[in-house]
Amino acid sequence: MSAREKPRLGVFKFSSCDGCQLSLLDCELELLAVTDAVEIAYFLEATRKDMKGPFDVVLVEGSITTPHEAELIRQIRKSSKVLITIGACATSGGIQALRNFADVNGFLDIVYARPDYIETLDTATPIADHVQVDFELRGCPINKYQLLEVLNAFLNKRKPNIQNYAECIECKQRGTVCVMVAKGVACLGPVTQAGCGGLCPASHRGCFGCFGPMETPNTTALADRFLNELGQDKGTVLRAFRSFNANAPAFREESLKHE
Amino acid sequence: MPDRQAVIDRKDLGALFTLLADEGYQTIGPKPYDGAIVYAPISSPEELPKGIGDEEEGGHYRLTQRGDAKLFGHTKPVQGLKAHLYPARQKLWSAEKAGHGFRVVKDAAPQPRYAFIGVRACELSAMLVQDRVFEGGPYVDKGYAERRKNCLIVLVTCDHAGNACFCASQGTGPDASEGYDLKLAEVVDGSRHVFVTEAGSDKGRAILSKLSKQDAADGDVKAAAANLEAAAKGQKRAMIAGVAELLAAKLESPHWEDVAKRCMSCGNCTMVCPTCFCSTMEDATDLSGLKAERTRKWDSCFSIDYSYIHGGPVRNTAGARYRQWMTHKLSHWVEQFGVSGCVGCGRCIIWCPVGIDITAEAKAILKGA
Ligand code: SF4
Ligand code: SF4
Ligand code: SF4
Ligand code: SF4
Repeated sequence: MSAREKPRLGVFKFSSCDGCQLSLLDCELELLAVTDAVEIAYFLEATRKDMKGPFDVVLVEGSITTPHEAELIRQIRKSSKVLITIGACATSGGIQALRNFADVNGFLDIVYARPDYIETLDTATPIADHVQVDFELRGCPINKYQLLEVLNAFLNKRKPNIQNYAECIECKQRGTVCVMVAKGVACLGPVTQAGCGGLCPASHRGCFGCFGPMETPNTTALADRFLNELGQDKGTVLRAFRSFNANAPAFREESLKHE
Repeated sequence: MPDRQAVIDRKDLGALFTLLADEGYQTIGPKPYDGAIVYAPISSPEELPKGIGDEEEGGHYRLTQRGDAKLFGHTKPVQGLKAHLYPARQKLWSAEKAGHGFRVVKDAAPQPRYAFIGVRACELSAMLVQDRVFEGGPYVDKGYAERRKNCLIVLVTCDHAGNACFCASQGTGPDASEGYDLKLAEVVDGSRHVFVTEAGSDKGRAILSKLSKQDAADGDVKAAAANLEAAAKGQKRAMIAGVAELLAAKLESPHWEDVAKRCMSCGNCTMVCPTCFCSTMEDATDLSGLKAERTRKWDSCFSIDYSYIHGGPVRNTAGARYRQWMTHKLSHWVEQFGVSGCVGCGRCIIWCPVGIDITAEAKAILKGA
């Protein structure tokens, strides 16, 4: 394939930590195959080349927290054929969406010497609240194999093999002994979407919910278990549901019940 | 008539492992791992869970110290041998682009030869159920059939039942009368530690003939029988009689919505169930689009994709999904395969993170009649 025929890829960042876009560089061996398959037209973490759109595929990291970002994402959407959001920030608002549960001016006063210089929104929201998104890839951070799979699927015009069922299914497929049943450790796996490959339970820790709510989350049943059988108090349950995906509707509603 | 019983002394048990390895088997048995007993590759009796028992309840499992030297004093391991005979991920074939079409490349790797040591009656019953699923109809799953044909089964009878066990009411344990190559009953009496051994097949007889053994003493046989009786009589759970007909008549029971409040559709029950076989196909390409691969992966009737057809999923509510799982296991499995899909191992009860109990749900549906 000649360079001119290659699809043009753009990678954009909004309010986020950069971790998800770095997953692309973390692809190491596979990265060569990626650069064979696409022309990287905009990706500040990898190249200073700053080419203008239009783009065939755009990866968007981060949430919308300022009026400037809200405007920029509209421009990017206009110049992109396929827009894929990556990571908890872009798909649910991220950890910075904790501000959605409080008065943002309170934070501004604590953090900045001159809060009047800061122009920010009251909330941190996912990209899909602002523009149409073609695919949302979850995770904090995303799983690089899932990122490759999604890129691969869009390039080859097929459905990405990304599951929306519970983390427990991956955990059992891996042969991990359930930490909740065998150790009494609270685990968000039953209400969290699969995708990480079962990292935390395999390291004897409960799932933290990095991949956000699974397709049919029964958070109430799990919260009841945490409270009644695992001896957790309301504050602990609230914090379990209010982390990287605090603003995802199912987790938000559950955490509000424990305020 | 069963063969006359012999005993193998504990100190001679290692020879069984050596012999099986010499005959080209990969020996798989129970092993303590991460706070539980799991099936794993083991090469000698020293790796067995000596003196370790297990405590189980709905949504609860802990290892315990038995205070004796028994090697098989636990009950069934976390996940069944399904993971070996029907792996969670199986590559079926791959393809390469050829001109305007593609060429299929078959994966010709030989299937493993497993010797399963410490198989419980419920586990064996589950294999016989899956045999019907994968080999019973006109379309035989060749990979499964070959792994199954290759394998050797050393059954061990239970000396007690776990709190979640209900094989006695399902007629699937704790004793087995067919399907094993060797059957061992572990007897410990003071310093005497023997395995009352019986062969159940020609393969088993050939192995037994090469092992050092004595004739069983009366006391050994009696102790083995008493252990089995304790395992059968000590079961705290039971499946209600006539459950297949009951559930078939209760598809509209309000109880399904009651379960739905507790059930998280997490799929753990289907993953640990030794008879559940649902899978999905995953087709993937490489980035260049020149190579493709088809993989079969375990799926679950609790996932939305599993019942997704044109226009949406068929089972939209947690109640509908739980009903599918329970009525399939206990009711329409009988119509489909001629036996119940539940062997009463109790794994779905133990490993359900919220302890939903299939025997209790059956009773509740009966009461609501
Ligand atoms: S450890 Fe967590 S993710 Fe794994 S099966 Fe248990 S509850 Fe599910
Ligand atoms: S339904 Fe439950 S008790 Fe029955 S065979 Fe499956 S896991 Fe065991
Ligand atoms: S279900 Fe029966 S055969 Fe299985 S472990 Fe329990 S007592 Fe043993
Ligand atoms: S019955 Fe238990 S293990 Fe099964 S899907 Fe429901 S919550 Fe999960």
